[in-house]
Formats: sequence, structure tokens, C-alpha cells
Amino acid sequence: MSFKPKKIWTIAWKDFRTYFTSPIAYIIIAGFLIIMGWMFFFNLSHFNMQALQYKQMGMGKSMSITEGIIRPLYGNMNVIFLFLVPFITMRLFAEERKQQTIQLLMTSPISIAEMVVGKFFSAFFLVFTMLMLTVVYPIILWIFGNPDYGPILTSYMGTLMLSSCYVAAGVFFSSMTENQIVAGALTFAAGLFFWLINWASQSAGPVFSDILDYMSLIQHYNNFSQGIIDTTDIVFYLSFVFVSLFLSHRVLDSYRWR
Amino acid sequence: MIEVSDLTKAYGPRAAIQNLNFTIGKGEIVGFLGPNGAGKSTTMKILTGFMPATSGTAKVAGFDVFSQAIDVKRNVGYLPENPPVYMEMIVEDYLEYAAKLHDVERGKLRSSISSAIERTGLTGVRKRIIGNLSKGYRQRVGLAQALVHNPQVLILDEPTVGLDPVQIIEIRELIKGLAGHHTVILSSHILPEVTATCQRIIVINKGHIVAQDTIEKLTTRMRQGLLFNLQVKNASAGGINAIKSISGVKSVGNEGSKLVIEIEPNQSELRDRIIEIAVSEKMGVLEFAPEKLSLEEVFLQLTTNEGAHS
Ligand SMILES: Nc1ncnc2c1ncn2[C@@H]1O[C@H](COP(=O)(O)OP(=O)(O)OP(=O)(O)O)[C@@H](O)[C@H]1O
Ligand SMILES: [Mg+2]
Repeated sequence: MSFKPKKIWTIAWKDFRTYFTSPIAYIIIAGFLIIMGWMFFFNLSHFNMQALQYKQMGMGKSMSITEGIIRPLYGNMNVIFLFLVPFITMRLFAEERKQQTIQLLMTSPISIAEMVVGKFFSAFFLVFTMLMLTVVYPIILWIFGNPDYGPILTSYMGTLMLSSCYVAAGVFFSSMTENQIVAGALTFAAGLFFWLINWASQSAGPVFSDILDYMSLIQHYNNFSQGIIDTTDIVFYLSFVFVSLFLSHRVLDSYRWR
Repeated sequence: MIEVSDLTKAYGPRAAIQNLNFTIGKGEIVGFLGPNGAGKSTTMKILTGFMPATSGTAKVAGFDVFSQAIDVKRNVGYLPENPPVYMEMIVEDYLEYAAKLHDVERGKLRSSISSAIERTGLTGVRKRIIGNLSKGYRQRVGLAQALVHNPQVLILDEPTVGLDPVQIIEIRELIKGLAGHHTVILSSHILPEVTATCQRIIVINKGHIVAQDTIEKLTTRMRQGLLFNLQVKNASAGGINAIKSISGVKSVGNEGSKLVIEIEPNQSELRDRIIEIAVSEKMGVLEFAPEKLSLEEVFLQLTTNEGAHS
């Protein structure tokens, strides 16, 4: 089986560019930035007001910037990605199947693994681009204040990994159907499921609750949001991506056998 | 260049093609002719490595389509029934993408794309968005995509569908020009289409090959009339002469107990007379069957369908 970076790049770059040939990508990016901007300034002014109150009342130091701004901001960003990523990934394979352009890919000297990973990266690059556009917020904080770098960097890392999981799930559901809407809806449902899976852990038995906690996508984000990098979390996210992509590989392989 | 043996493909319980056997030499242009649902596209999809066969083997450019699919794909240009074009892409960018997918070296990218554009007459639209082109032009873009990596073998599934008569002639000329350098297999369900471009045709019907030969030989065979095999217990000379004397019977060959009777075309009521004579002459009829009847049937369909599609 072949697995050449050049082939992956060819597919990833073509699909990444395709995002910008339709207004949908611009709408997603604009919506994302507007919501994020609104949240940032809301958090910021709320934080400032609180800080002012604390000072006037002589109650000592208020929350840190990390606690008051960074954590809620990137926490919210993760929720927004849960909603937006399905729109980004739904077309990836579903559209190729519907338009039968998948025949071009399937009769080119590329492996299904290269196809799947290429598609993954095309959506990943878009998410990455969106994430990079939000770097202005930490820069603003840095100009006017004195935030901790650690949690900011790890929040980005965690958000990128968490969104990668959504993207990989999106690739999988897109490979399953010709219908983009179905692919998007399933991606959202799966994302939500793995997000909320540990809600049941309170009432579950000790072993089972550990398993549920481990399976939860958001549980593994907590450390990142506090500036902690734990290999367990990284391993979990990477495994989630790997398994999703592996399943898309199986689906596409069997697609040819019908 | 293409070797197919005992190729069978079943979709669920139904066989779309069954035990196909044929070979195509280097530089040949071969037409794959058959009515709707004959199994042309199925065979082509297997030859491109898109879809595995249920049983049997196929080799293209010396590689097995199943175990060496990547090598096969590198050496094949394929135009599916619906051109696999991305509506939102620009013609040139699309061809660049197709070329890169097919391992065209960076240094040869520009020249490969230009040559494919020129050969398919796309020069005027090279900067246009594919979705804005007419169906015929999209078909050409699909063809350019099949040519762009200069493959040894071209597999074209109904390449002239959707084109206007002038474009059809241009594409036929283009395909003829590929002879010698490329091995081409193209499918069609209309006879004139393949007679215009191909040196040899493989006629396929209901998943079986019913004939494969040069066009001249096939058509003379058709004009010669119909052949019937009459198997008898007692091939008496009197009986044979009596059959020969029926008007409309052109000849009676005698191979032991098997008589090969040739009748003029469109005289199928003669069959009654032949049987009557055979019975009254007490020849002891064992079997009476048309030879190559399926070919005749297929040809009839292919020639009568012609008007509807061109
Ligand atoms: N994906 C599929 N699932 C089930 N049956 C199929 C499938 N694809 C083709 N078939 C069947 O296989 C047979 C051969 O189909 P194929 O498309 O190869 O015919 P064709 O010769 O290309 O016909 P046409 O001239 O209409 O393109 C048909 O009976 C068709 O119904
Ligand atoms: Mg067909």
C-alpha cells in the first residue's frame, strides 16, 4: 500500500482550495469570527468590571486572566467547532460519491489511505486557519495586560486536537453516504455523543464511570485548558482520529466491492 | 496489452458479465459493442482497477488489475460514463489535479496539460469554470483528463455521448489518431460509432461475448445469411438434395450427421419448410438450432437503435 506525502498534499490542497470557491466557507469563517469576537469582548468587559469592583471593595485580587478570559473563551470555541465542523466535513466524500468524481480518485494510482488522509487534512487546514485568525485575541490581551502564555498555548493545542477528532469523525460519516446533510447531521450527533458521554459517569459504577470519562472528548480537554499537557490526552485524541480514519478506509474500500 | 480470461462479475446473485475472454494488442483500437445493460461499463470498471471482478483475471499493460492495481491505474486513462469533473474547478486546474494524481512529473506538468487541452480542442475554454461549460465540453474535459498523463491504455466509456455531430467527428478523428501509440478500448451501443473508429469489435450481449472480429469480417458474415445446424440420425443424399431445392436455402454443408444450412436473411419461415422436408424424408431430426443467432439479434438491435442515439 502506498502512502506518499505528495499525493496526500495534492488532494488536501485541492480540497482546501475548493472551500474557497463557494460562499459557504466564507460564511462559516465570518460567523465563527463574529461569534468569537463577541464572546471575547463580552468576557473582557465582564472581567474588567469584576476586577474594578474587587478593587473598589478592597477585596484583594480578582480572578486571573487565565481563569476569567482564556478558559471560557477557548471552552466556548470548542463548542462552536462542534457545530461548525460538520458543515466543513460533510461534503468531503459525500459530494464525490454523488457526482461520481470519486471514480477519478479510485482509478488514479493513489491508495485509499492517501485519499482519506488527504481529505482529513483539507478540512484540518481550514480549521487551523480559523484558529489562527483568533490569535488576535491573545495579542490584544498581551498588549493591555499580562496573561500567562502556557494556558493560551495549550488551549490552542487542545482545541486543535479536539477539532481534529470532529474532523476525522466528519470524514468517516461523509464516506458513508452520498447525502451531505445526512453526513453532517451524523457528524454532529457523534460529536455531541462523545462530548456528553461522561454525564452518565456520576451514576455509573466505578470502573464503568472511568471508562466513560476516558471516552469523553471534553474530559481530555480540561488539562489543556489549565496549561497542562498530559500524554494520555494526546494519545486519546490521536487514537480517536486514527480509528475514525481507519473506519472511513474500510467503508471506501467496501464501496468498490458492491 | 489487455488480456482478459474468464472474467465474471456478479452484483449480488445476478451476473453482469460471465466468462469473458479476449485479448487486445498494443496500439489497437477496439470497440466494445453491445446494447444497454450488456456489461460494457462493468467490464471497463474492472479493467481500470476501479472494481474487483468476482472471478477470473485481467491484465492491463502487463499488470494484474487486482493485485497490481496501482501500476494498472498509472498506465490507464479512463473516461467513465459520466465525466468525473469537479463543477467548481477551472479546466486547467482540473487537468493539473488529474495529472498530479497520475504521477506526472513536475517538469512535464505544463506541457502535458497543454497537449491534452490542444488535442481535445479545449484551448478556448481553458480558463473557464467546468460547471459553466456545455455537456459536450464537459465530455471533452473528461477525455482530456484521461489523456493528460499520456497513458499506454485508454478506456473510454461511450466517449461521444452528448456531443454534437461536428464534435463527434472531431473526437472520432482524435481517437483514430491515438492508434499505434495508445491501446484504446471504447464502448458504444451504436454500430456506426465503432465502425468509424475501431479496427476490431467485440460484441457483447447479456454479459457474454457473442462475436469478436474485424468489422469487415463481421459484416460479411451477416450478409451471407443465417446459418442453422441440423443434427440428424440419417443424413441421406436424397434428403439433403430435397433441402437444397427449397427456394431461399443458399447452401447445405454436410459434416457427417450434422448439416449446416445457410438461408437468405429475413427468411426465417424457411425453418418450417426445412423441418417438414427433413421429417418427410425420414432423416430422424435430433436437433435444429440457429448458429450465431445471438450475434444476429445483437446486430439487429445495434443497427436499429442507431437513429435514436445519434
Ligand atoms: N452497481 C450495480 N448494482 C447492481 N447491478 C448493476 C450495477 N451496475 C450495473 N448493474 C447491472 O449489470 C448489468 C450490466 O451493466 P453495465 O452498466 O455494465 O451495462 P452497459 O453495457 O454499460 O450498459 P449501457 O449501455 O446502458 O451503459 C446491468 O444489468 C445492470 O443492471
Ligand atoms: Mg455503460
